[in-house]
Amino acid sequence: MLFEFSDEHGELRRTVRDFCEKESDENRVRELMSSEQGYDPKCWSRMAEELGIVGLIVSEKHGGADLGMVELAIVAEEMGRVLLCAPYLSSAVLATSALELAADEAAQNEILPKLASGEAIGTLAFSEPAHPWELSKIAMTAEADGSAFALSGEKSYVLDGSVASEILVAARAGAELALFRVAPDASGLSREALPPLDQTRRIARLRFDRTPATRISSGDISDQLNRALDRAIVALAAEQLGGAQRVLEMATEYAKTRFQFGRPIGSFQIIKHQCADMLVAVELARSAVYNAAFASEEDPESVSIAAQMAKSYCSDAYLEISNRNIQVHGGMGFTWEHGAHLYFKRAKASEVLFGSPSFHRERMAHSLGFGAR
Amino acid sequence: MNESELRERTRALLAEVNPDAGGDQRVPFRAAQFDHGLAWVHFPEGLGGLGLAPKLQGIVNDELHKGAKTFYEDMLINPIGIGMGAPVLLKYGKQEDMRGLLRRCFTGEEIWCQLFSEPSAGSDLAGLAARAVRDGDDWVLSGQKVWTTLAHVAKWGLLVARTNPDLPKHDGMSYFLIDMHTPGVDVRPLYQITGEAEFSEVFFDDARVPHSQMLGEEGQGWKVAIATLMNERVALGGGASKKGGGSIAVLIDLLKSVESQRSAAEDAVLRDRVARLYIESELLRLTGLRARAARHSEGPGPEGSIGKVAQADISKEIWECCSEVFGADALVYEHGYELRQGRTTVSDNRLQAKYNLLRSRAYSIEGGTSEIMRNILGERVLGLPGEPRVDKDMPWKDIPRSR
Repeated sequence: MLFEFSDEHGELRRTVRDFCEKESDENRVRELMSSEQGYDPKCWSRMAEELGIVGLIVSEKHGGADLGMVELAIVAEEMGRVLLCAPYLSSAVLATSALELAADEAAQNEILPKLASGEAIGTLAFSEPAHPWELSKIAMTAEADGSAFALSGEKSYVLDGSVASEILVAARAGAELALFRVAPDASGLSREALPPLDQTRRIARLRFDRTPATRISSGDISDQLNRALDRAIVALAAEQLGGAQRVLEMATEYAKTRFQFGRPIGSFQIIKHQCADMLVAVELARSAVYNAAFASEEDPESVSIAAQMAKSYCSDAYLEISNRNIQVHGGMGFTWEHGAHLYFKRAKASEVLFGSPSFHRERMAHSLGFGAR
Repeated sequence: MNESELRERTRALLAEVNPDAGGDQRVPFRAAQFDHGLAWVHFPEGLGGLGLAPKLQGIVNDELHKGAKTFYEDMLINPIGIGMGAPVLLKYGKQEDMRGLLRRCFTGEEIWCQLFSEPSAGSDLAGLAARAVRDGDDWVLSGQKVWTTLAHVAKWGLLVARTNPDLPKHDGMSYFLIDMHTPGVDVRPLYQITGEAEFSEVFFDDARVPHSQMLGEEGQGWKVAIATLMNERVALGGGASKKGGGSIAVLIDLLKSVESQRSAAEDAVLRDRVARLYIESELLRLTGLRARAARHSEGPGPEGSIGKVAQADISKEIWECCSEVFGADALVYEHGYELRQGRTTVSDNRLQAKYNLLRSRAYSIEGGTSEIMRNILGERVLGLPGEPRVDKDMPWKDIPRSR
């Protein structure tokens, strides 16, 4: 458990960082965040073909690289660092994991190769407005008509729900939680892009009105989907770490070069100590993310708690750091022109996505035996 | 000497003096260990060592652990003398009886203490004011030291004093090894907020220390002091506690076991705080593991200094949170405040928590205040510019100081 990264890990990180710095500088991020689709299909293809990271955790037989959470954390950390605008978390992590862990073989054989190659964008629609992040509280229930099913109701905060071509829906078949596949042009399906707080990651509301759906899982898949969600949570925490590290660098750089009262503002202890606190938070966040990533390989039983710890700590840390970064930048930090707000918005949205820090702390407290009586 | 010869030599020592033989074997055993060159294997032959690489000491300790039930911990015998004093004496001392000093230091027959901090020189150690004035072959000392561990039992003190107040502060200091039994040295207990005295104050009233007891040259005091403190860092580089251990385990135990007077709302807030502290403790532990891994591969990383700051904040809050778990019972302090020497150790979680609420106030002060640690993180890790120094180049005597 010493988080030892191999030379291959280092090589992966360098490759992804180079790519991200070239393909996702701030100008590019600003272009994409105001574009219709919210991502660049050409860049997405290159991520799939040249880097092979879209199918990173897809098994080999389905055309992927068959790598694990450590590699995923590295990639996500680098993407979070530059606010890469791409449907990675939705398609390459969440939808992919749901299929890998919960879907029938036929569906895996059909859909996973398309996700791995970047040809299709997948999403998992699971959130319902009443209890958005708890799979056990999913209420949408499919109507059965022989072997065919129909879905009615609403899923919200669906990542890249407007652009996805492979729509997976978590809903009940009777009491069982099941995975359904809905065609993008299915009758009764309407997709509405929601105006996002964080423009670098798109969300949508999906409405179903007796929409035909195919069940692509067997039995109750609560455990499998929870594990898929844990993977997405760890990837999100890694993104948060990457963003937090970058924001710390922005604040530090500015504190060295901005002069007031004849001195760089970073020579004032009030600024210096804020930067030091950011550093402490980033390093604890790093431990949280690497712990969760390595736990997947070394101690799978502990992944859930490790993911809860990582998500809750990294959310608080990233939000706090991106908030202080604005303060360190003074008036400049509040402008549209400066990038500080992009990170603040990403931090705030990431804090909410997949459950707040206190939500995850409560779950962890329960696992450790001091939850609500 | 190779590894197996070193193991053989250690076994020969154990055959000669058995630490498990009953009675107190500490002094005879440690004396023999010194004579065999197994005290500090990297020290020269005849002075407790064999001139080997420092890391080979691990082989000796391993063999000592295997060969006997009794193992004498340096940190319990003479922490300042063995960990910090001996290397500095070896490097800077010109004492005639070097061998005897080191040997009695290693056996614990003579305890050492460190006389650095002063009431007016805490974080700013280089501003210290204790004066040493040359008189023939002696230096005559006046002034006060504070926060001295073990001073009441120490034979020797590692002392930094100002020998030239006309020079800038870093240049006018010299370093001495002083006999604590010298007339004019007065050790008094320093009582803390717990009512205990873990430390002493030491007063010098024209105490004389021979020039031959100076370590390094006149004016080199700062350099020797820094060398001492570097050894402190090595000496104190202990291991991380195990998962879910330490103070957080006490808090969770109390949360589960203390009967609650809380409403559902209060309870939810408290649980969230405990969960957050659990996470922070665990991440601190993991960050410590990363720091140690980094030390092995690429030298000290930033994680080490980060640990000190985070540890202080998190531990203080954990003990505060225990107090919150107690509810109204936090008004009762069973230990009482009778002024006394030593430090309370209790195994009962409830009593431990009550004591540590008070004792933990020092965590962000002792061993470097959190403010100084944040300066180090800001300046040495992040590369931020230092504060302008108003006192760096002026003569020490002209520097403004507290009244």
